[in-house]
Amino acid sequence: MKANRLNRLLLLCVFLLSGCEDSVPGSSQFFGSNNYPERLSEWGLVWIDANTLRIAEDSFIYTLNTPLFSDYALKLRTLRIPKNQKATYDDNESFGFPVGTVVSKTFFYRSPNGQSVTLTSKWDGTLDNLDVDKLRLIETRLLVRQETGWEALPYIWRGDDAYLKVTGDLKELPITGTDEKIPYLVPSRNQCASCHVTDHTKGLLLPIGLKARHLNHTKTVDGENQLTFLQKTKQLSGFSSPADAPANADFNNSEETLDRRARAYLDINCSHCHNKKGPADTSALLLEHSGVDPRSYGVCKPPIASGRGSGGLLYSIVPGEAHSSIMPFRLGSRDPAEMMPELGRTLVHQEGLALINQWINSMNGRCI
Amino acid sequence: MQLETAKPGDVIQIPEGLFNFKRSLVMNSDNVTIIGQGMDKSVLSFAGQIAGAEGLSVNANDFTIQDLAIEDTIGDALKVNEGNNIVIRRVRTEWTRGPDVKNGAYGIYPVQTTNLLVEESVAIAASDAGIYVGQSDNVIVKNNRAEFNVAGIEIENTTNADVFDNLATQNTGGILVFNMPQIPKEGHSSRVFRNTIVANNTENFAAEGTAVSGVPKGSGILINSNDRVEVFDNEIKDNQTANILISSYFSANFAGQRELADEFDPYPEHIFIYDNQFEGGGKEPGRDYLVQLKNAAFGEAGEFPDIIWDGMTNPDKTASKVICLQNGDAKIFNLDLPNEFKNPRIDESSHDCELSKLSEVILGES
Repeated sequence: MKANRLNRLLLLCVFLLSGCEDSVPGSSQFFGSNNYPERLSEWGLVWIDANTLRIAEDSFIYTLNTPLFSDYALKLRTLRIPKNQKATYDDNESFGFPVGTVVSKTFFYRSPNGQSVTLTSKWDGTLDNLDVDKLRLIETRLLVRQETGWEALPYIWRGDDAYLKVTGDLKELPITGTDEKIPYLVPSRNQCASCHVTDHTKGLLLPIGLKARHLNHTKTVDGENQLTFLQKTKQLSGFSSPADAPANADFNNSEETLDRRARAYLDINCSHCHNKKGPADTSALLLEHSGVDPRSYGVCKPPIASGRGSGGLLYSIVPGEAHSSIMPFRLGSRDPAEMMPELGRTLVHQEGLALINQWINSMNGRCI
Repeated sequence: MQLETAKPGDVIQIPEGLFNFKRSLVMNSDNVTIIGQGMDKSVLSFAGQIAGAEGLSVNANDFTIQDLAIEDTIGDALKVNEGNNIVIRRVRTEWTRGPDVKNGAYGIYPVQTTNLLVEESVAIAASDAGIYVGQSDNVIVKNNRAEFNVAGIEIENTTNADVFDNLATQNTGGILVFNMPQIPKEGHSSRVFRNTIVANNTENFAAEGTAVSGVPKGSGILINSNDRVEVFDNEIKDNQTANILISSYFSANFAGQRELADEFDPYPEHIFIYDNQFEGGGKEPGRDYLVQLKNAAFGEAGEFPDIIWDGMTNPDKTASKVICLQNGDAKIFNLDLPNEFKNPRIDESSHDCELSKLSEVILGES
């Protein structure tokens, strides 16, 4: 089997020279749609070495101004742009990426024993401070840019590698120090599309976080702006300067305005569906960071087809009255028939919910 | 599940048997057909579901699903969100414990589709609508059975829908034709004909705050804020609020009184009712204010006429034909909502008009 795979790989390299031109140690591999490897380690993007998580030298670790909430999982995100090629900058949309780009996102928790997961820990984003024995690695999701577009691949960790499982998985993760378990959903390849097909009409998969407003910050280890870094390393074209690019707030940063923090939070957690072309345009609730009038982002807006997701309440947002507003009701619910987002969490994000409550309670006006 | 890896052109066979799922299924490939062995033989059960908002969620064109059942989902049973050429045939969606507020909202739920056919299907005990067609164009809903739902069949913000030869019974409301505000697509042009709409008197078990929670039990056909609706050749009987209700968005007890966007048309207009068979009904209206209005006008032992209307008309369009009635001795009772129910009355002659008939929906010609 192993030999077969290597043969296939060599054959593939003949056809896809761009992906395999430099198979030096530490650099990643690229595979065509029909040859995706079973083991994540074969990509050479993320692997375990000497009890430490390692990433390819040709990859770049990135973070977002405000990240999506995923049941308090920690996330390692890497971007691999093929050598001598560039992404193209856009002010609003997902950047354009060349064929051969691979985005990876590894979901993990700190764990005292490799089994139960700890929900409260923070991570500074550096790999050196992670002791794999004190982690529970769950899954690594890849977005792979082929000629025909992006493809999504879920890999599930078992032992010291992760294995491709296109149908996803449902894992019960015990929470450290409690009797509770998280029913953690590893999305199937199709469920990846539930969020990543942000334009439902065209039906094309796209990265969500790789947009200017999410990446434009300097919270990197060396304090350099991420977009500036990509530009300096000749991996990004069309970008002028951080000051000219949009930047969402960090939802946790109390020095930012409540409005910017809340809109940033809704943008990354909701707008992949709740945008004018997204699957949730059926609800007419639009939660992008800007360019949306208050009624469309929920102020005095009645629900359309929410079922019991409305919680018996009349409007998404009632100014000054978070307790009468559907939005915090749905963010605070753990019932799949009521909660939002529909996919990607089973726990309540207390910090996010507190922010949305505070934001709504700070609004003036009333609904008639 | 093979569904999750379907490729264009695939025909997925679901064998006979009961298949249990803990999470929702998602299908996004165009030109896929899912075929079971029969709606009582191939059963996808979500009774143990702990993740996902639907049973089966589809975003694809040229999609056909037939001969299977989807039971006991946490949320909606079958959702098709955007797609052209959709066929849902002999599919049963059911919550097996019967009417319950904890049931999922929609059974068969195509939304933003074009060229949609829903036929010979069965929808039971949805806490919103059994068969709900939303924001779609060019739609045929025929030969289905909807029972014990809050709304049996609901056509909402949809254009060019033919709804015929269906049976709607023991729902809270039998067949609803609605328009809701703030949706990009405004609905009009539906024909509701040759249906049997009998004894839809089930207590309303919808979640509070939802639009259908305002539907009075005992509603046969309910038309709300929609235009160009043609209702003919139906058998409508023993619906104890009224066999037909026509209301504007302002009818507090139908839809909840809420703020409206300026561009939304809250008035039902160009409603044409003819040649239906009415029998019974109107004896026990499902709202207190309706009981009082009925008792005041017709006595405690009396009943509403076959059609009741809230009487709201667009003040800017007084000349337009709101409701035309050519249905033997059937009468329209005007509740006089504009004057806070001061002068409820049978409108004797003002609806004696005709409207040009809508054309038949032909699939594939949208």
